[in-house]
Amino acid sequence: MNLTLLMYLVPSLIMFGCGVYGFLTRKNMIAIMISLELMLNSVDINFVVFNRYLFPEQMEGMFFTLFAIALAAAETALALAIIINVFRVARKVDINQLTKLKF
Amino acid sequence: MPLSYTIAVIAIPLLMFLFLGLVGVKMDKKLTGVLGTIGMLITTVLAYGVALTYFFGADQGQMADGVRSAVVVFNPDWLSFTKTLVVRMGIMLDPIAAMMLVVITTVSLMVHLYSLGYMCDHHGHAEKGFQRYYAFLALFTFSMLGLVVATNLFQIFIFFEMVGVSSYLLIGFYYQSPAAVHASKKAFIVTRLADLFFLLGIMILSFYTGTFDFDKLVFGPEGANSLEVAQSAIASSHGATFLGCSVMAWALTFIFIGGAGKSAMYPLHIWLPDAMEGPTPVSALIHAATMVVAGVFLVARLFPLYVIEQGAMEIVCVTGAFTAFYAAAIACVQSDIKRALAFSTISQIAFMMTSLAVSSAQGGLIEIHGGHGLGFMASMFHLFTHAMFKALLFLCAGAIIHAVHSNENSQMHGLHKYMPITSIAFLIGCLAIAGIPPFAGFWSKDEILVACYAKGMGWGIWMSMVAGMTAFYMFRIYFLIFHWRQHEVHTEHAPSDQPWTMTLPLIILATISVVAGFVPAHDLVTWDGRELHTQLNWTVAGSSVLIACIGIGLAYKMYFKENELPDKLQARFSGLWEAAYRRFYMDELYQFITHKVIFQGICKPIAKFDRGIIDGFFNLLAAATGQAAYGIRRLQNGSIQSYVYLYLVGALALAVITMVCVLI
Repeated sequence: MNLTLLMYLVPSLIMFGCGVYGFLTRKNMIAIMISLELMLNSVDINFVVFNRYLFPEQMEGMFFTLFAIALAAAETALALAIIINVFRVARKVDINQLTKLKF
Repeated sequence: MPLSYTIAVIAIPLLMFLFLGLVGVKMDKKLTGVLGTIGMLITTVLAYGVALTYFFGADQGQMADGVRSAVVVFNPDWLSFTKTLVVRMGIMLDPIAAMMLVVITTVSLMVHLYSLGYMCDHHGHAEKGFQRYYAFLALFTFSMLGLVVATNLFQIFIFFEMVGVSSYLLIGFYYQSPAAVHASKKAFIVTRLADLFFLLGIMILSFYTGTFDFDKLVFGPEGANSLEVAQSAIASSHGATFLGCSVMAWALTFIFIGGAGKSAMYPLHIWLPDAMEGPTPVSALIHAATMVVAGVFLVARLFPLYVIEQGAMEIVCVTGAFTAFYAAAIACVQSDIKRALAFSTISQIAFMMTSLAVSSAQGGLIEIHGGHGLGFMASMFHLFTHAMFKALLFLCAGAIIHAVHSNENSQMHGLHKYMPITSIAFLIGCLAIAGIPPFAGFWSKDEILVACYAKGMGWGIWMSMVAGMTAFYMFRIYFLIFHWRQHEVHTEHAPSDQPWTMTLPLIILATISVVAGFVPAHDLVTWDGRELHTQLNWTVAGSSVLIACIGIGLAYKMYFKENELPDKLQARFSGLWEAAYRRFYMDELYQFITHKVIFQGICKPIAKFDRGIIDGFFNLLAAATGQAAYGIRRLQNGSIQSYVYLYLVGALALAVITMVCVLI
């Protein structure tokens, strides 16, 4: 069976939708971050797929994806570090309860 | 003595004010008083020296061809705005300035000395604020001296304000008493209102003539004729008119209004009776002898201008003549000794104003004829004698008040037995003001009357009548205080003559009141500096003495021994009596105009407009902005999830719109 462009894009879209849904509904900061990663990765898939199917003789999409992965890794490390520090101070990671810095 | 010593005459009170005001609090109270008095004594001696040098020191150069000209001792630029608009501060001596130096320092010295006794309680302890009192007295003396030696209108204006301030401070000396506070405010506001006109007058005058200096306005260069100088100053307006009168007449009228405010001319007199809330020596110094004649001095200073501009002069004349009568009528029924004296002061100052204003330039403008130059001299002479005997009367009143602790003459009666020295001094003052020869008032008042008769029979008769009333009300006060009936001793101490510090000034001033009439004023204090040859007009002198005697006789009949007559007359003319006692309702009228008309009718609607419309508009803007901000405040809640949610909704909506658009 031949894999078409659409067969990549539909799971990517589902992934993105799940990410958005999770970002909006989760209250746990780690869950929110996971949702964020999900959205990011769905976009990465889109980059690769478009590159592969639409402009096969070029490599920009691939490189960009590699960049995005590296950046995402760094961003995740930073976010996790912040969350751990917040947890140490406040003993909670629920964003509804983290209102101490609100004016 | 060089005339430049005048600087010291003015500087000593200023330094004394600064010294007592800044360091006085740390010093012993009595010491500050003694220091102030010694400073004043030195000032007085210097002032006498300067005045004698000016009048009699022929080598000083001010006598040229038998004319005493004005001497400008020094006159540096003080504020130079532009090349032509320069305000100078200086010292100028002319006959009236030299005379005023003597008057001010004499009365001020007497008051300084007297206050050493007066401002103490009965155990001889100085009152609270003793140092402040002496500092203010020095400030007042400084301002008044600065006023009389002023070289230009602007300097006069500045010192006018300064005497106003020191008067305000001294009236409100007992700042814990609401009456004193009200009185000081009233005095300040009324005189400020008048000074506004004064400033307007100065501006108009200096706009057209291009100068503030008396040198250019009235004196001119060496040997010039004052009237010609004044004529050219008036002519510099090139016949400009406003509302049918020449601008110069307006300017001079405005300047006169400024003077009328200070000199308590009707209808700006209302502050002076209330000013009696201040300590009595202050009333003697400021509200009887010196500050209140500042208005007369001002008109005298610009005398040649007024002579040329007869319209303004007529206003001065009518105001003066009316005020003289009005105040004398009120003085006849007042029961408060100080208020009666205050109205007497108003009446006497009005005499001076009228006397100044009866002069007119006849037959062109070169000479002021016969009786007319007399008016100026008589006015200044009366200013001099009046300062002495009115200060005497006030200081006597102070001694009486100090002894019986009341201002009401119903609490006095029959004090002659207890206070013989005060009684005799008061009697001398009364004789002087009534115009009985040979006391001082006779000579000056007689010349005023001669000048008035020279203007017209009606003016003369009117002023003679007021002179008769003067004799009546003064002796009414005298008899009610010192005779009438036996004194009832209320306190354990019977009233008695006061300590020497208070009695000595009375004796000195009484002596001056007896002899001051023999000062050769016609030789010294004339408007053009020439000697004025006059002789006693026996008709006028005889009739005025007769009228004064009738007044005294009437007062004797009514008030010497306790009797029913005054009460009967009061009942007979109760309406008139009530009106006069209430000062012909002038205060009520002012109250009505200020409160009902100005405050209620004008200020309130304006305030409403300001609060409702002007403030309201901006309040509305602020409120609308606030409400709107409050409404959209929820958008910024800090929760990223809701931001994302809104973003998503927006993005989807845009996508839908785009799609719809594309499909259509």
